[in-house]
Amino acid sequence: MRDWGDMDVLDLARMQFGVTTVYHFLFVPVTIGLSLLVAILQTLWRTTHKTAYLRATKFWGKLFLINIAMGVVTGIVQEFQFGMNWSAYSRFVGDVFGAPLAFEALVAFFLESTFIGVWIFGWDRLKPGLHLACIWLVAFGTLASAYFILAANAFMQNPVGYQLNETAGRAELTDFGAVLTNPVAMAAFPHTIFASWLTAGTIVVAVSGYHFMHRRDLDVHRPAMRLGILTTLVGGLGLVLSGDSLGKVMTATQPMKMAAAEALYQTTFNAPFSVLTIGSLDGSHGTPIIEIPGLLSFLATGSFNGEVQGINDLNAQYQGLYGPGDYAPYIPLTYWSFRAMIGFGMLAVAMAVIVWWFTRRGRLPEHRLFWPIAMWMAVTPFLANSAGWIFTEMGRQPWVVFSLYETSEAVSPRVGAPTVALSFIGFTLVYLVLAVVALRLFLKFAKAGPPSEENAIATSSPSDDPDKPMAFAY
Amino acid sequence: MELTTIWFIAIAVLFTGYFILEGFDFGVGILLPVLGREDRERRAMINTIGPLWDGNEVWIITAGGAMFAAFPHWYASLFSGFYLLLFAILVGLIVRGVAFEYRGKGDTDRWRRNWDICIVAGSALPAFFWGVVVANLVRGVPLDANFDYTGSIWGLLNGYALLGGLTTLLLFATHGAYFLHLRTTGDLAERARAIGIRLGAATAVPALAFLIWTQAAYGNGASLVLIILAVLALVAGLALDYTGRSGWAFAATALTIALASTSLFCALWPDVLPSTPDAANSLTHENAAATEKTLGIMTWAAVVFLPVILLYQGWTYWVFRKRVVVERIPVA
Repeated sequence: MRDWGDMDVLDLARMQFGVTTVYHFLFVPVTIGLSLLVAILQTLWRTTHKTAYLRATKFWGKLFLINIAMGVVTGIVQEFQFGMNWSAYSRFVGDVFGAPLAFEALVAFFLESTFIGVWIFGWDRLKPGLHLACIWLVAFGTLASAYFILAANAFMQNPVGYQLNETAGRAELTDFGAVLTNPVAMAAFPHTIFASWLTAGTIVVAVSGYHFMHRRDLDVHRPAMRLGILTTLVGGLGLVLSGDSLGKVMTATQPMKMAAAEALYQTTFNAPFSVLTIGSLDGSHGTPIIEIPGLLSFLATGSFNGEVQGINDLNAQYQGLYGPGDYAPYIPLTYWSFRAMIGFGMLAVAMAVIVWWFTRRGRLPEHRLFWPIAMWMAVTPFLANSAGWIFTEMGRQPWVVFSLYETSEAVSPRVGAPTVALSFIGFTLVYLVLAVVALRLFLKFAKAGPPSEENAIATSSPSDDPDKPMAFAY
Repeated sequence: MELTTIWFIAIAVLFTGYFILEGFDFGVGILLPVLGREDRERRAMINTIGPLWDGNEVWIITAGGAMFAAFPHWYASLFSGFYLLLFAILVGLIVRGVAFEYRGKGDTDRWRRNWDICIVAGSALPAFFWGVVVANLVRGVPLDANFDYTGSIWGLLNGYALLGGLTTLLLFATHGAYFLHLRTTGDLAERARAIGIRLGAATAVPALAFLIWTQAAYGNGASLVLIILAVLALVAGLALDYTGRSGWAFAATALTIALASTSLFCALWPDVLPSTPDAANSLTHENAAATEKTLGIMTWAAVVFLPVILLYQGWTYWVFRKRVVVERIPVA
């Protein structure tokens, strides 16, 4: 381990990207998932005219807004950061990578940002159907946004639709359709969306659980709880299926990442999957304590007897292709982040199943620790999401664009370490303060519960009365 | 017309649109402590831009994404070279965005005061530093053969750029004052009108100096015409605000920003980031550009989506066209 004093621009830029990206992605899945759930709740209100759904819409809408504000402002940093810290990368990939980002802004982000404003302030200005359409447009916008960002990221994992221009020293676009239908994007998109549903579903279960514990407003929280459990379970099932296809695509496109996920050094048929390992993961004396025979082969190839290439063999192969060097990522991190992703995700699903069982047909669990434990489980999807991205990005190292461009070449050549350190510390401090504020605000409004029936109705109908207070005001 | 020319214009349009739209919501933020004498007035002010600011901000995200795709070298050189300016802008945009959403969700005076500070600082910082950024674009910076900026932050804080920053800061504040005059009622609107006159007069001095300097040092025939028109529009706005024609006054500052921003991009053309003193390393709309293929795809995307965006964003301005009345702000 090097001294902190030795940190160079590359280390600082990578740490900044890691911190700002993981932080941004705490809010993104909640936004994707909750926008859909709020849209569903509002649709249920419009179709059934039950006030409980309106109150649930207002309640979850407010929690959604506390979250989306953070997602929006931290997203701008992501776009600027490529140019600020990774200018060499930006020059190299801009011709291919820039277009999906521009499409994201044009197709998705304008839609989200414009209609979220209309939705927030439009309760008393728009006809109910039009107002409902606004939240559906926001929900659609979040999906489109995720798709374009994942298409851009997929190019880094598995570059397609380009040719190398040696003179210009960059990758140039040849087939935009191929970039948008990159197999990695096609597998990562559903995986990300299901993870978002799992995340949002778990939060709905946890927050509704708080009100179950206090036996408050159950007419509002019981349908939300059912919706939350369903969303979590659909998300969980979808994660297994999409994760399976993503694993196979990953094995085909980035076999090193799959080997690194298991710390598999030798090429193996019928490769097992170790749930946990004691000892070191450098291939010398790790002792797997629970092993599932053949599972890694199945994850990688679809057959329990399939061949999984090992780190050593891949390294030798890559040295032949790309020249001398170490082409393996940092194995302990990939090994444990892969397990953290799966493990925490499974915990979230287990929580939803248990809550469903103990609340089925109007039951209320009696044990005083039941709900506190269930509520704490809401952190698990966040840990799983972060671990998943850390695995995806760290598992690609030493490449920033797999097989084309190494991370060490990608950094801005003329930006000094003090400059990057300043912005890294600055963003981290601002993010820390905002995390505390956002979490406290979220908990405050989660505990406060839905608005009263009168209030919900009074603030949700179109009105031309010039003296009536605004239905919604900042 | 060459695709690289079209995209130079497109980037100029996106930045100009951003300055017109976010310009007034920066202005409202800057004027918060000046015009908002008590909490309800400050809330009324924030609510004039409440449904709009987020959509306005997407213009810069689109400008950034489009610059990345259409001119990768421009994006890479500008963002890495003007690093700390953009860092300051980002911190400002972060805290003000959160502040709008969170300010009304707490109930202590201290909570609201702290968020008010975030709104004011988060509006003033970008309003000032965008001017510094654009002025440095026109002025040029030292670039090496890889188009990377070789200077330091102090090189970006030169007199011309600081004058540019002061100009945008005051111009956006004036634009915001006219907007508040247009979108509020009674005493608040009257005070917005009064401060708009003073701000407009105060803006004229640095704006005139900055635009004359621009024309003298970097200008051409087109920029001269635009600069003259921009100054006329600024004076017209002042007169219109004085006579109480709030809508026309606001249109006049919007036009001022549009003309001034366009004049700067005209002065910049055909470069996108000139190199000084070594002009051979300058980034132009040609050597900074993406391939024809990418530019072609981007052109189709812009042709299809921009009109739709303008349509629905214009519609939101129509939906929220009514003035915000202080007395209609619900009691916290």
